[in-house]
Amino acid sequence: MSLSEVEATTESEQVEQAAGNLRKEAWKRLRRDPVALVGFALIAFFVLVAIFAPLIAPYAPDAQPGRGMITPTNIPGPSADHWFGLDASGRDEFSRVVYGARQSLLVGVVATLIGMAGGLLLGTLAGAFGGKVDAVVMRIVDVMLSIPGLLMAIAIAALLGASLWSVMIAIAIINVPVFARLLRGQMLAQRGSDYVLAAVSIGVRRRPIVLGHILPNSISPVIVQATLTLATAIIEAAGLSFLGLGSADPRVPEWGRMLADTQRYLASAPHLAFFPGIAIVVAALGFTMLGERLREAIDPKYRR
Amino acid sequence: MTNSEPLLDVRDLSVTFTRKGGPSVRAVDGVSFTVRPGETVGLVGESGSGKSVTSLAVMGLLPRRGVQVGGQVAFDDDDLLTLPRDRMRDIRGRDIAMVFQDPMSSLNPVVPIGIQVTEVLERHQDLKGDTARAAAEDLLSRVGIPDPARRLKEYPHQLSGGMRQRALIAMALACRPRLLIADEPTTALDVTIQAQIIELLKELVQDTGASLVMITHDLGVVAGLCDTVHVMYSGRIVESAGRRELFAQPRHPYTGGLLASVPRLDAPRGAPLHPIPGSPTDVLRWSRGCAFAPRCPNRIEPCTDGPPPLESIGGRSLRCLNPLTETEEVATR
Amino acid sequence: MNDQTSAASAEKRASSDGLLSVRGLEVHFPIRSGIIIERQVGAVKAVDGVDLDIPRGATVGLVGESGCGKSTLGRAILRLVEPTAGTVTFDGTDLGALAGEELRRMRRQLQMVFQDPMASLDPRQNVQSVISEPLRAHGVGGDHRARVRELLDLVGLPASAANRYPHEFSGGQRQRIGIARAIALEPQLIVADEPVSALDVSIQAQVVNLLEELQDRLGLTYLVIAHDLAVVRHIADIVAVMYLGGLVEQAPSDDLYATPLHPYTKALMSAVPIPDPAVEDARQRILLQGDLPSPADPPPGCRFHTRCPFRQPTRCADERPALRTVAGHPATHRVACHWAEDIEAGRIQPAAEAVIEPDPAPDPAT
Repeated sequence: MSLSEVEATTESEQVEQAAGNLRKEAWKRLRRDPVALVGFALIAFFVLVAIFAPLIAPYAPDAQPGRGMITPTNIPGPSADHWFGLDASGRDEFSRVVYGARQSLLVGVVATLIGMAGGLLLGTLAGAFGGKVDAVVMRIVDVMLSIPGLLMAIAIAALLGASLWSVMIAIAIINVPVFARLLRGQMLAQRGSDYVLAAVSIGVRRRPIVLGHILPNSISPVIVQATLTLATAIIEAAGLSFLGLGSADPRVPEWGRMLADTQRYLASAPHLAFFPGIAIVVAALGFTMLGERLREAIDPKYRR
Repeated sequence: MTNSEPLLDVRDLSVTFTRKGGPSVRAVDGVSFTVRPGETVGLVGESGSGKSVTSLAVMGLLPRRGVQVGGQVAFDDDDLLTLPRDRMRDIRGRDIAMVFQDPMSSLNPVVPIGIQVTEVLERHQDLKGDTARAAAEDLLSRVGIPDPARRLKEYPHQLSGGMRQRALIAMALACRPRLLIADEPTTALDVTIQAQIIELLKELVQDTGASLVMITHDLGVVAGLCDTVHVMYSGRIVESAGRRELFAQPRHPYTGGLLASVPRLDAPRGAPLHPIPGSPTDVLRWSRGCAFAPRCPNRIEPCTDGPPPLESIGGRSLRCLNPLTETEEVATR
Repeated sequence: MNDQTSAASAEKRASSDGLLSVRGLEVHFPIRSGIIIERQVGAVKAVDGVDLDIPRGATVGLVGESGCGKSTLGRAILRLVEPTAGTVTFDGTDLGALAGEELRRMRRQLQMVFQDPMASLDPRQNVQSVISEPLRAHGVGGDHRARVRELLDLVGLPASAANRYPHEFSGGQRQRIGIARAIALEPQLIVADEPVSALDVSIQAQVVNLLEELQDRLGLTYLVIAHDLAVVRHIADIVAVMYLGGLVEQAPSDDLYATPLHPYTKALMSAVPIPDPAVEDARQRILLQGDLPSPADPPPGCRFHTRCPFRQPTRCADERPALRTVAGHPATHRVACHWAEDIEAGRIQPAAEAVIEPDPAPDPAT
């Protein structure tokens, strides 16, 4: 009897029991994790709201159904007609919060994607080449990290002028070093591993080694980071809009801007701060919950 | 010496790890053996054989949660498994000491060796200050650490692997234990250092009259050191015998297979190796039959009908329905 | 009888043409210090002047303890670490002169098997992808699926393994996958760095046998690096013993075992446990004192003199011995010891405290 036959027969049982690769395992953990499920449900909720905003919102975001009923001292709160009340211009607050989901999610997603792309590029350069390239890239990253994030975002947004794009780019830029550093660390760790040495010894070219082996094995924490960054990006976007650096277009309501607009009426109309504020917090919470648990599912180091 | 009362009497020891949401795993399954004063006993097995878990259970070092320990471990007149924690702590270190495979993780990295050794002396021997320090120096020199006064001031990372293991043995010996359990003490070390450590253990056993339980995967280490050898597979003892009998004529196909599969330095070149097929993970549950059956060249039909009993034949214990015969050459397929 | 024929075949192999020739190889890793401006303050001399010849079709075993530089030597031969000095000539080509694409193409001929089979396989690659990667890297055409099946069969794995991932296999099977990858391009030389030391005892022989079987079938040449002298003696035709960056002895396997000439080889051999109580009880052991000195600051003269039980007051501490032949031994047996003849003849005896005589009492239990 040859060895292989014995191994094939006796081990098949074992192998089947151990089957399921790392990713499947992570997925299984996530599906059983209530916190991750709640996070996912919250995110799904806001995404659906954003997509179906025209169907959900009773009014257009710039319609003023309450015009004439409004005085600076009398801004009606929630009622049967206007669930979240009216704002200072007589617009339906509920409709504006619903439409606001579009802006906040869009800013969060686009800013995170751009930031991640930039971080991946820099991180890959540094992690794949090492040496001088690494030193130069990482010094740039260090400088960027040494400037307080929001301050830098304000400066960038101010430089680019107030618009949705400048908010997105500003947030993207402050997140680039975070991603770059994370990825580079992962890649350097992978670079010294035996399977990379094995690929070199086989004669695999550098590019397939970096893109085919090192990068895919380094990417998981970056995905996790992206989920967490989405949460902070939503908050940062609100912050920048609050400071007046976002779009001023009344047709595109944005939660942060809405918060800023309520400042003067905070005493007489607290509902104007409450609903957009809750929306920001809950959306960010959803991404944070999912992101944290994703990290735990992927990386056993964080498991409790 | 062989007629004296056993110092340690392990009876039907079993250890089961229970996991939340998963099947429980029986790592040690009805293991019994005795250690007499001055005797050196070997527990041999590969990964998953349960040899290390056995020693941890004896020492009371298994976590309490998720682990079920059954059976008895008699030491003097105490059952170590039911002893209160503080009594167990007293026995551990004073009467029974343990040396682990990885000396680095058994030492506190931020405390100098000297303090770690004197601490043990202060705790169990009531020595103080200079007396304790002098005793520590004496211990280190006894285990062959040169310049012990200087070494005492050093941190574990400043010592080489061999020196760390010596320091650990010194700590284990600090209270003149009557039983030393060494769990793969030389596996992480180079072969010339391994020889030094084994020679040291031999000497210490001879000089102090302590008993030694040597846990190892290396049959070579056992051959030169142990009086009695227990071969473990998948949580059970499959063969026990005096070392001469065991090596001269292994009866269990697993023991025979192990001996036939390791290259011997003194074997003529070209002597073929006869590996055991499969891997140690290819086990049958003992409840369904012999765990070794899937890999066994001597397997017969009844082997998979139920667990074979451990039987005494001719001065040895054997758990096999179709053992290698007296004259049979070690399984050649 | 068996002994003689295998010795003869080893000699025949050894005298045939060389495949790989290493001359004066050095690998020094710089030790740098300084916060802003880094200066080199020293070097770890991992490999420090090694000459080694590997005949075509032979198995050369490189044995030594951890930190002796054997792995670095293996990697330097494959140009996986850059040698500081010296030449490696493979089949007439100076590997040191190759760079970039030329070097990459040459890698077809030289492959490696790693110690830890799990670490050397990308966890995200299935076996099909692992084994066909060398084929893709070198643009080998044809049906890769069929070729992978063939290779799996060669290493004793079922064809169904191709679609599985490394973590689904046992240690021994993973090592087979690593070996299948190494032979995929039909290389001439395979450097196997501790190919069995991470495996369970009962599995080691499977892999050793597989390596031998593949050598016969494919005409491979091996450099097997290991710390286990018994494994090396079993598998190798020629054994080179390494200590602290240099070779101290090199001989056909049987000669080395029968008449070790270097004190370090003697000590190493006497330290290897043999699973036979009768042999163990009757053995005389030579114990070394202390530990391996730091390769960053190797002792002058003979590297081994600080631990050598045969150390002499002259020469040992100030003159580094070169590998040389000794009268009465074949030219293939070379040793780097000034006193080899006197030690062999018994004119120099080891220090008494280094020798452990066998137990006088046969067995206290009986």
